[in-house]
Amino acid sequence: MPICGGTDVFPSHVGRPVGRAVVDVSAISGLRGISLQGGNYRIGGATTWSDIRSTKLPSAFAGLQAAAREVGSLQIQNRGTIAGNLCNASPAADGIPPLLTLDANVELQSARGTRTLPLQEFITGYRQTLRAPDEILTAVLVKKPTDACRSSFVKLGARRYLVISILMAAAALERDSAGRIVHAAVAVGAASPVAMRLPDLERQLIGLPESVTPSAVVSAKHMEPLSPIDDVRATAGYRLEAAMAITAQALDQAAFGVDDA
Amino acid sequence: MPDPIRFTLNGQPVRSASPPMSRLSDVLRHELAATGTKSGCDAGDCGACSVLIDGEVSCACLVPVAQAEGTSIVTVEGLPAHTSKGRALQHAFWARGAAQCGICTPGMLVAAASLLEREAAPTRAMISDALGGVLCRCTGYAKIIDAIEDAAAGREQQQLRPDAGQAVGSSIRRLDGGPKVDGTESFGADAVPGDALWVRVVRSPFHRSGFSIGNLEAFSAANPGIIRVLTASDVPGRNLFGVIPPYADQPVFAVSETRFKGEAVAAIVGEREAVAAIELAAFPITWQELQPVLTPQQALAHGAHQIHANRPGNILITGRVSRGDAEAALAASDVMVEGHFETGFVEHAYIEPEAGWARRVGDRIEITASTQAPYLDRDDTAAIMGLDPEAVRIIPSACGGGFGSKLDLSVQPFVALAAWLTHRPCAMVYTRPESMQSTTKRHPARMHSRMAATRDGDLVAMDFEGDFNTGAYSSWGPTVANRVPVHASGPYVVPHYRARSRAVLTNCVPSGAFRGFGVPQTVVAQEQMLDMLAEKIGMDALEFRIRNALTDITPTVTGQVMGDGVGIRDCLIALRSAWHAAGQAASAFNRDAGRKRRGVGVAGMFYGCGNTSLPNPSTIRFGLKPDGRLSLHQGAVDIGQGSNTVVTQIAADAVGLPIELIDLVSADTDLTPDCGKTSASRQTFVTGKAAERAGLALRRKMLRMANAGPDAVFEIAHGMLMVKEPSVLRAVQLDRQARDKHGYVLCAEETFDPPTTPLDANGQGSPYAVYGYGAHLAEVEVDLRLGTVRVLGIVAAHDVGCAINPTLIEGQIEGGVAQGIGMALMEEFTPGRGENLHDYLIPTIGDVPPIRSILIERPSDVGPFGAKGIGEQALIPTAPAILNAIYNATGARITRTPATPDRVRAAIRALEAN
Repeated sequence: MPICGGTDVFPSHVGRPVGRAVVDVSAISGLRGISLQGGNYRIGGATTWSDIRSTKLPSAFAGLQAAAREVGSLQIQNRGTIAGNLCNASPAADGIPPLLTLDANVELQSARGTRTLPLQEFITGYRQTLRAPDEILTAVLVKKPTDACRSSFVKLGARRYLVISILMAAAALERDSAGRIVHAAVAVGAASPVAMRLPDLERQLIGLPESVTPSAVVSAKHMEPLSPIDDVRATAGYRLEAAMAITAQALDQAAFGVDDA
Repeated sequence: MPDPIRFTLNGQPVRSASPPMSRLSDVLRHELAATGTKSGCDAGDCGACSVLIDGEVSCACLVPVAQAEGTSIVTVEGLPAHTSKGRALQHAFWARGAAQCGICTPGMLVAAASLLEREAAPTRAMISDALGGVLCRCTGYAKIIDAIEDAAAGREQQQLRPDAGQAVGSSIRRLDGGPKVDGTESFGADAVPGDALWVRVVRSPFHRSGFSIGNLEAFSAANPGIIRVLTASDVPGRNLFGVIPPYADQPVFAVSETRFKGEAVAAIVGEREAVAAIELAAFPITWQELQPVLTPQQALAHGAHQIHANRPGNILITGRVSRGDAEAALAASDVMVEGHFETGFVEHAYIEPEAGWARRVGDRIEITASTQAPYLDRDDTAAIMGLDPEAVRIIPSACGGGFGSKLDLSVQPFVALAAWLTHRPCAMVYTRPESMQSTTKRHPARMHSRMAATRDGDLVAMDFEGDFNTGAYSSWGPTVANRVPVHASGPYVVPHYRARSRAVLTNCVPSGAFRGFGVPQTVVAQEQMLDMLAEKIGMDALEFRIRNALTDITPTVTGQVMGDGVGIRDCLIALRSAWHAAGQAASAFNRDAGRKRRGVGVAGMFYGCGNTSLPNPSTIRFGLKPDGRLSLHQGAVDIGQGSNTVVTQIAADAVGLPIELIDLVSADTDLTPDCGKTSASRQTFVTGKAAERAGLALRRKMLRMANAGPDAVFEIAHGMLMVKEPSVLRAVQLDRQARDKHGYVLCAEETFDPPTTPLDANGQGSPYAVYGYGAHLAEVEVDLRLGTVRVLGIVAAHDVGCAINPTLIEGQIEGGVAQGIGMALMEEFTPGRGENLHDYLIPTIGDVPPIRSILIERPSDVGPFGAKGIGEQALIPTAPAILNAIYNATGARITRTPATPDRVRAAIRALEAN
């Protein structure tokens, strides 16, 4: 098992030893940092949330950076990494919805070679991924977005800090010179085993002029792909209803850069 | 042997030979003896273990020590030398009262020092963001923010040194604060001898289970370093304990059936590494899961299994108070309201898990542990060990938060038994999940209430029924059942009253004492019902309360007329201006708000100080030493609330000498007389009164020794007692005087037991000698679509009789309010689920709004200098004030706490549907 930030490994071993063999990848310097390489932003797997938060990035990454500020606490952000967040594959992982809206790919390396997969395919279920036991998630790749792309992230939790999300929504919107939406990506987390894009909603947003508030388009029907559960944080019914509200909020934040609420 | 891991710790090069995947926090504490860094959860949820790694704040519990290689690490011990503001922060935390129990303080200081390296003049928002990862359960964060602002600005609070006779009323900094801010305070897990064996308990994985234990010798033999395994058959005395002796029903180790998930069945004793390496799944035991009952409804159902053979119907105890004819008065009333309310299990969530160690000294056993009740621990452990009470010595460590749960035994019997049998020191530290699944909780309540008033707004009648889920064992269930009917009226005149309570046994973790013994639950019902009545009558909710508030001459529901010191009206009246201003502000906001609405709510409370109609004496010994200093044997355990300081302030003024002359001898059953338990808001009142009496008695003896009159003034310098009267000055050379058996020149020992009377069959009598009173006002903002609630501000008015130390009282209020916010909005423990601090949420620094405290002093003659308790009082009105504010904002009445977003949204939805 690879370990880097340790922020998921140790909490799952409270009161018991980490019995398995562990490969600590934290000292591999090439794994950490954000760079623009051949048309892609490359976020090294060992890049911490604090790195993401404090790096100057195009506006399309605003949602990811907002998520970075909401991960756990400063202590967690300073150690926890993007690869760990994705490989741990919690339904409530804060990093996943914004990366889904950026159509991110993940790069996996092993002694057998390197492969790249869309993030959407990489996470296959509740805490399940396509990472083979001998592979390390070495980078997250995001195609260089246009300057017109704006993104957002909304986290709903029962307290202000250090909180596992009840729900998350992320949105990325791009308009043409006439102000029409030409690209829309919306994802909701913690309302299904794996965070999901909402394709019907995205299709309906395309072509929307600036005069229409994007949140006005959101309907219950768009939430149909979600399959929330009851847990200690909230009921399924609440999640489904609140998903609409925070999706709307995320869209307006992406569109106007402010919270309408 | 692999190479050691090398790094720099507080400027010194160090090396660790621990395995590379060891937690850095464990290496710091166990291998490098840097115990200033605290472990609260081992999961990154509490931030107590925050350290700086190459300048970045990190949870040391999440860092494999291998990753420390080549880094520079700074812990609380190194802050003064290795950060620019570390020293200033430590001073400011002490001066401001930002450290109460002190367990979160190292983490707070590290996080704050890191912030001040980045930002010389941080805003409040920046402070909040920087400290969001460190939980505090005592302070409500307000004084922590103040302290950081002081340190950033280079402000130093003036240190108060009141003259003789001026200590009471002075906000001196806490006398035991130094070690809390420099990392040297010794909590339950901090001073374990290096040669100690460690104990780990095997616990039931099911709510109810039969079990059979396999071959323990084979298990020990297969695990090198395991010395032995303890089970029920190893208990030399009585395999039962309980805080109320006649009700003791909990085994140290279950015998044939476990009654709750987390109940102990065995304990593994061995070398630390060996014990830590055990996979409990490999322990030789076979479980037979049995059908549990988890709610009072299930437990009371016909045919439900009997949890204890001697408790028919699964009812532990019932309580009742009756006055007038409630039924008839309700039937004849002008206006009546009725409601059903429910509250859940609440976890104490102190940041220090239960911890301690024991050693055998000849035929005595000494236990150093985190506790609120040394003498209860002593007597109960002695019974378990089959020893005389005097053969057990309890040395309370610093207590990293208690709030009621550390009144009960936890590690004590395990470490005592292990040390007794192995003749080695034996230690145990609960993991966070172990702490959460096995120690007591606040009782969940299901309440039904009816309340009636005249059209003019006079309360006439109330009928209350409450079932309290007391879990598998009695703990403080009887106390809750007795307190509830006495308090379910709130601090109001209710001529016709009937209240009935039942403590119902279930297969849940035992419910016990938690700040308020059931009263915080009853006010969720009663204070919302008052608002419902006021609305129905058409009266202002605050004025309705003022009109009906108890006075010095009106009887409580137990028929007690206090005669003096009833300050509830004063508290309510003190809220008037804030009430009107906040109401207007909320209306203005709501005129053009989008999906958010603001509201204001108020709630009152009274709470009896000390045991209910039962003796609870405190004894203080106060000695004058030959060197001219005084020894105050103060056995009240200071769990952060400040009794070390407050009791000393009282004693100083009573004897008439300055505090600086007093040396504290803190709780230790060999050194201090019994000051009872730290609970029931009794230490300032009861132990404080004993200290006042001891101070006055010592003063009389000193006057007699000098043959001086009662108004003489003392001064002590260079071992010489000077006794001044207007025309005479006498001097006594103290080291030339004879000494008593304690080595004192003079010594006074005085006891105070509050005067109460038993309650009769109708619950009539004087259960408490004094009550504390208070009222809170809450302003909230509710997101109508998401059901999220933000508390914008709290105003808390409390009648404390006499504010012995106003800063410490504010600290109690701010901390109580924070716990009240948690209870109102986010805290609920579900047995078997969420046994950690990321599923069980307590308020962070970002969840506690500004709190304004208003201290009212209506003295009660019986208390020291007129003082009353404040510890529990501070928490009680917060939740109902918030719930009333949610109603005011939305029109939705929340009858089930906590008011989580899904519950609030469901209530708003129900309104929308109508």
